Amino acid sequence: MNARDTVLSRVHDALAIAPPPAVRVPREYRRDRELPAEQKRELLVDRLEDYRATVHQCVAADAATTIAAALGDATRIGIPAALDRGWVAEFGGEVLVDSADIPAARLDELDGVVTGSAVACAETGTIFLDGFSDRGRRALTLVPDLHVCVVALSSVVAGVPEAVARLEPTRPTTLISGPSATSDIELDRVEGVHGPRTLHVVLVLDS
Amino acid sequence: MSGTFLGMPAAPPRGSGNLRGAESFPAAARTELANTQMRRNVGKATRTIRDKRVQVTGELPDWEQLRSAGAAIKRDVLSRLPELLEQFEQAVIARGGQVHWARDAAEANAIVTRLVKDTGADEALKVKSMATQEIGLNEHLATEGITAIETDLAELIVQLGEDRPSHILVPAIHRNRSEIREIFLRSMPGVDPDLDDDPTHLADAARRFLRERFVRARVAISGANFGVAETGTLSVVESEGNGRMCLTMPQTLITVMGLEKLIPTYADLEVFLQLLPRSSTGERMNPYTSMWTGVAPHDGPSEFHLVLLDNGRTATLADEVGREALHCIRCSACLNVCPVYERTGGHAYGSTYPGPIGAVLTPQLAGMDTGGSDPNSSLPYASSLCGACFDACPVKIDIPSLLVELRHQHVEEAHFSAEQLMMKAASAAMSTSGRWTAAQRAAQLGRLLGRGGRIRTLPPPGNAWTSARDLPVPPKQTFRQWWDSSEGRAAIDDAHREGGRR
Ligand code: SF4
Repeated sequence: MNARDTVLSRVHDALAIAPPPAVRVPREYRRDRELPAEQKRELLVDRLEDYRATVHQCVAADAATTIAAALGDATRIGIPAALDRGWVAEFGGEVLVDSADIPAARLDELDGVVTGSAVACAETGTIFLDGFSDRGRRALTLVPDLHVCVVALSSVVAGVPEAVARLEPTRPTTLISGPSATSDIELDRVEGVHGPRTLHVVLVLDS
Repeated sequence: MSGTFLGMPAAPPRGSGNLRGAESFPAAARTELANTQMRRNVGKATRTIRDKRVQVTGELPDWEQLRSAGAAIKRDVLSRLPELLEQFEQAVIARGGQVHWARDAAEANAIVTRLVKDTGADEALKVKSMATQEIGLNEHLATEGITAIETDLAELIVQLGEDRPSHILVPAIHRNRSEIREIFLRSMPGVDPDLDDDPTHLADAARRFLRERFVRARVAISGANFGVAETGTLSVVESEGNGRMCLTMPQTLITVMGLEKLIPTYADLEVFLQLLPRSSTGERMNPYTSMWTGVAPHDGPSEFHLVLLDNGRTATLADEVGREALHCIRCSACLNVCPVYERTGGHAYGSTYPGPIGAVLTPQLAGMDTGGSDPNSSLPYASSLCGACFDACPVKIDIPSLLVELRHQHVEEAHFSAEQLMMKAASAAMSTSGRWTAAQRAAQLGRLLGRGGRIRTLPPPGNAWTSARDLPVPPKQTFRQWWDSSEGRAAIDDAHREGGRR
C-alpha cells in the first residue's frame, strides 16, 4: 500500500477501534452582527491605534491630500495596477505601477506602497487584503517598509465572523493588524522585523 | 475511498522523531531547576502573557460559546476524518497544489528533502513550525547537504545558539538580551561587530541578515495552523512577517501539516481566528495571518506542495479518551498557567511539545513503550493536576483527565501496579506497631541514598514512586526514638507549660 492508502486505512482502523459519536457544533457565539457606522469607526480607530498603526480620517474628496501626507518623505512608492490614480495625485515622487514580473529586489528599493483593502474588522483592528483589484499582490504590501492602506468606512464590519463571511476563499488573503512586530526578546515589543515597520491607515468616511 | 477497509482493525503504529527526551522528566527537571536565569525569564514571560490573555478573553461576552464551538468543531473533524482528508486533498489538487502523505517522521523528511533537491537549491527558508521540529527536519536536511534557515526571530536565536526551544510560542524565552547579543556576534554571518543588546537593534540585525535571503530564496518550508477541508485553504498565523516572506517570495513552497490540523469549512475560521490569538499572545489579533489556496496565478509561489503527516496521530485517534489531545491548536495557554512548567521550563519535557499538552500528546504520539525506563512514561506524572490548563484551553481539552488516563495506561502496561504494591506494603507495615517501628528503622537507610536532603531513587518497587517525585529523606530518628530522648522530653515539657499558661 502506498502512504496515502496506509494513512487513510489507519484512520479508518482508529475510528473502528473507538467509534466516535456524531457531533453537533453549537453556534451560539455572536455572528451576523450589525453596528452603527459611528460605533464601528470608533472601535476600529481605537484598535488600530492600540496596535501602533497611525490612523488618518478624511472624506473622499480629501483622500489624495491625506494619502500624500501619510507618505511623508517617501520618494519612491509602488501601487497596484488597479489603484484609483486619483489617490496618488498629490504625491510628488516616483510611482511604480506593480505587475507580476517585477522582481522582489525592485520592490525592496521602494520607500512605501499605497493600496486599498477588502474588508476591515472593527473589534480586532484587522484589515483584510485579498490580492484582488486595488489590494495588490502579496509581495507588494510586504517588502516596502511603509504601507499606506486605504479603508472605506463602508467596508468595516463588527467582528471576525462578519469579516470572514465577506472573503473569497480562493484568493490569497493576508490579514494585517498593525505593523510587523515581535516580542521574542524578553517580551519587549519591537515593531517591524520583516514586514512593513510603519502602517498608516487612511479611513475614508463617506465612501 | 480507495484505502479499502478490510477485516479486523489493527492499532496504528506510534510516531517517531523528536518526541522523546534523553532522561526522565524528574531527572531533566532537576537540572533545569538549578538554572535560575531560565526560571526568572520563563516566570516573567508566563505571568505577562497569562495576564494579557485573561484581559482580552474577558473582553468577549461570547468567549465560552466560542470555546464550545471550537471544541465541537475539532471533535466533528476527528469523527469524519477520512472523508474530510479526501475532500481536503482534492481541493488542494484542484487549485494547483500537490499532496504527499507521510506515515512517519522519516518518510516526511525524505519527501521534503526530495522536493527541495528538485528545485536545485541547497538552502531552504523556514517558518517556525512544530510539525517540522517534531520530525527533526532541519537535522535531516543538514545530513543531506541542505541548510535550513529559521526565519522567526526566536527560532533563529535558538538555531544560531545551537540550543533547543523552551516554549511553543516564544521559543527563546529562556535567553536574555545580552545572551542573544553574544549569540548574534558569535554566529550571525556579516553582523555589525558594534551591535549592542537593545532589542530594537537585535531585531534589526535579524532583519538585515534575513532580508537578502528572502529576496533570493527559491524554496521555503512552513507548517500550518489550519487546513480547510472544504476549500483546500491553508493558514499560517504569525507576528513578524517572516511567515509572509516565506509563503510568498520563493518559487516553491512546501507545507508540512499534521493531519489533525483540519477544519471542515472556511467559515469555521471565524471561530479559530478568535480563539487562537487571544489565547496565545493575549492579543485581539496577531499582526499577520496568511491564507492561501493552492497556487495563485501571478501572486506568490508557482509550485505548492502539501505534506500530510501521520507520525502517531492515528495511534492517538484510536484512543477514545486520548484523542481529545488532537484538538490542540498549539496556542500555549496551558503552558503559561502550569505551575510545573513555570518552574522547569520547556526543556525538561524532552519533546517538541512541552508543558501540560506535551505531557499528554508526547506519550500518545510516540508511546511509553519501553516500560519504566522510557522518559515518556514519566511525563503523565509531570503535573500537579491542579486543573488550570483545562480552564485556560480555548478548545476545552480536559488535560488533567487525560493525564490520569495515561497514568492508568502506564500502570496497566507495566503489568503490575508498582504504586499499588507500595501501598499494600505500607498498609501491612502500619497494621502492627512492631512492624511499623521496624519499617521506620529500615527507612532510615534512605538517608544513605539521599543527597541534598532528597532521596533520588528507591529500590523497586519504590522506584516507580520516586521516578516521578522526590521523597523527603526520613529523619535521623524515628518519632518513638525522639519521644524517648531527653531532647524530646524537654520539648514536650515546654509544650505542656505553654498550654498551661493559656
Ligand atoms: S492544549 Fe489547549 S491550551 Fe494547551 S496549547 Fe493546546 S489548545 Fe492551547
